[in-house]
Amino acid sequence: METELQKENMQTEEIKQVLGSESLILSLLEEGVETIFGYPGGAIMPIYDALYDYQDKVNHMLVRHEQGAIHAAQGYARASGKVGVCFATSGPGATNLLTGIADAQIDSTAVVCITGQVPSHLLGTDAFQETDIISIAKPVTKWSYQVTDPEEIPEIIAKAFYIAKSGRPGPVLVDITKDAQIKKCSFKYQKCERVRSYQPYPKFTEESINQAVELIDNAKKPFIVYGQGVIISEAENELKEFVEKTGIPAGWTILGLSAMPTDHPLNVGMLGMHGNYAPNVKTNDCDVLIAIGMRFDDRVTGDLNRYAKQAKVIHIEIDKAEINKNVYADVPINSDAKMVLKELISKVKPNSHDSWVQEFKDLDKMEIQKVIEPETHPKSGKIKMAEVIRIISELSNGDAIIVTDVGQHQMIAMRYYNFKKNRSNITSGGFGTMGFALPSAIGAKVAMPERQVISVSGDGGFQMTLQELGTIFQYKIPVKIVILNNHFLGMVRQWQQLFFEKRYSFTEMVNPDFITIAKGFSIEAKQVNEREDLESSIKTMLDSKSSYLLEVVVEKEDNVFPMVPSGESVSNIRLS
Amino acid sequence: MTDKSIYTENDKKEEVRNFTISILSENSIGLLHSITIIFTRRKVNIESINASDSEVMGVYRYTIVIKTTRSMAEKVVKQIEKLVDVLASFLYEEDQIHYQELALYKISKKIIDVNPEIIDIVNNHGAKILPTEYDYEYTLFEKAGNRESNRKLLKSLETYGVSEFVSSGRISVSKSKRETITLLNQLETSDCNKI
Repeated sequence: METELQKENMQTEEIKQVLGSESLILSLLEEGVETIFGYPGGAIMPIYDALYDYQDKVNHMLVRHEQGAIHAAQGYARASGKVGVCFATSGPGATNLLTGIADAQIDSTAVVCITGQVPSHLLGTDAFQETDIISIAKPVTKWSYQVTDPEEIPEIIAKAFYIAKSGRPGPVLVDITKDAQIKKCSFKYQKCERVRSYQPYPKFTEESINQAVELIDNAKKPFIVYGQGVIISEAENELKEFVEKTGIPAGWTILGLSAMPTDHPLNVGMLGMHGNYAPNVKTNDCDVLIAIGMRFDDRVTGDLNRYAKQAKVIHIEIDKAEINKNVYADVPINSDAKMVLKELISKVKPNSHDSWVQEFKDLDKMEIQKVIEPETHPKSGKIKMAEVIRIISELSNGDAIIVTDVGQHQMIAMRYYNFKKNRSNITSGGFGTMGFALPSAIGAKVAMPERQVISVSGDGGFQMTLQELGTIFQYKIPVKIVILNNHFLGMVRQWQQLFFEKRYSFTEMVNPDFITIAKGFSIEAKQVNEREDLESSIKTMLDSKSSYLLEVVVEKEDNVFPMVPSGESVSNIRLS
Repeated sequence: MTDKSIYTENDKKEEVRNFTISILSENSIGLLHSITIIFTRRKVNIESINASDSEVMGVYRYTIVIKTTRSMAEKVVKQIEKLVDVLASFLYEEDQIHYQELALYKISKKIIDVNPEIIDIVNNHGAKILPTEYDYEYTLFEKAGNRESNRKLLKSLETYGVSEFVSSGRISVSKSKRETITLLNQLETSDCNKI
């Protein structure tokens, strides 16, 4: 009997012998990976060969360009809160990932990128498709590692997922040489719970909380500015509770958008360059500025020497390197937003700031009258971007995931979509990557198949990654694609108009027929030119069960206002 | 605690001076690259750099000297500490550390034969002769000290002719009571690894 039991124990403890490539796939399965976006090539072929046997356990989507793979992984991660995964081969496959890796780094997105590498004996020899991707990616990865010994694979993958997801998330790159993929090795998986040189969740001090509570309780004109840290730490409910208990108005960064419903009475709008009028002006009027999970990006602050100088600043931020980087924090709280908010909620006094909030509402009236109303409800002239977004918002009940590209349409979508659910706004914020929307929307839809996912691009950005229509076609991914076509690189043109004496240097675009392009991919498509067709066309698109491309031809020389000209103070925001 | 004034328009007028950054890290390939690009990105020149073992097995130690402002140095140190393989990163003013550099001076034996006072000069500067094979045509002197005193000896010897001079990067120990092993114990047991 005893010997039987011993035998059984020995059997269960027996370590599986596999190839390095299979070890990788098994490791990904241990991490719960369901979807991989990738593109094969010579140096990653053994991994793809191993993947062939696991097609029933993990879903792989063949994109049309590696940039599409990384953006899809980003969209997947941002929509679901899980870690996005992508595969690419060595050399050009790996370098094609870089734009997305850099985007994920600056926008704190948890992605794990696996790249194949030439066999280790060819490293450094300028072999075919060899590049030192680890060194190239250093400045834009949270962590990177080259595997040459397959025995390391389970431990490194466990570490990669732990580092990508914990603390301030970011991209991790694991480069695996081809010989490591084809060698036999043992497989035993253990999740990573600690890396001694990495402390992702610093704990706040009692003293810092007390100082913050005192400032908040005694403030006459407090103002909250919140960012993506709220979403990453899943503190949406806590933010709402904190805002409601203290009665403090709150403004959002574009990555913080959708953490609180847009129409919440204390949600006073978008911060920064093309943000709302009131939150920008009031930044330089508040007495206590409470920053939650945001990093005072220059597009949010404008001129730092004239940013909230009158206010005491409380900065709640998990990344210590962000504290005192741009704005001095009188009370720095270096910790997870959710933990801190819970603590603050339990300690602050219930309060209201009605007349202070009213000051925001009064300024809002000016913006509504001068900008919002004419932009969203124009009576004549060409279709305006803002009215397209308003109608999409109304017809989708603010319930869709909006994935935007970069430029005028992006600012317009942020400003005018009325978000009701969290994790519904996916955009390239920090890096400003044109071409981000379409592949990211694929990732978002794959992650959240039950939700309506709408990719919104300009005609410029759409043409940067339109090859991903092929991925949408092959896998029948029912994403909705909106192109706001003004035949210009609109944001650059706007700056040329305002700051370069209307010298429209290489910003006008002669575009292909987007409808024919979509048809080539068997994607239903329609072009709208007239206002009277707009609403019904958007409805048709939203109601479609399959993917659908809607091109809206909009006013050519529209500008996004309000605007804080670069280098200006946020309170000098222009309404026209 | 940082002085608020460095975040105002006076930023540009802030004094530029020497700072020593001491980094404890895991011994991982490519970490030096990860560290140096942080300086490159902010266009801060590295005056000297030294990498070596520490008193704890497996823990590496970098000593980097930069000339910059206090606020820049603080930001750079936080970026370094953020690197996954870095255990800790410390910023020191000149009066917070003991520091040395090691210099080597190579002079032809013929020159020394003609100018025997060289030996006195070297002795007066606290340098010593390194033993070399008898048939070598030169003599090697070694001196430990700060950069200025090592340079001073070089200047004195230059009139006679120095065929080679080299100096190590700065190495330093802090005047604080910090111990690496205590720090490691804290890191290995801290509750900052999860929520």
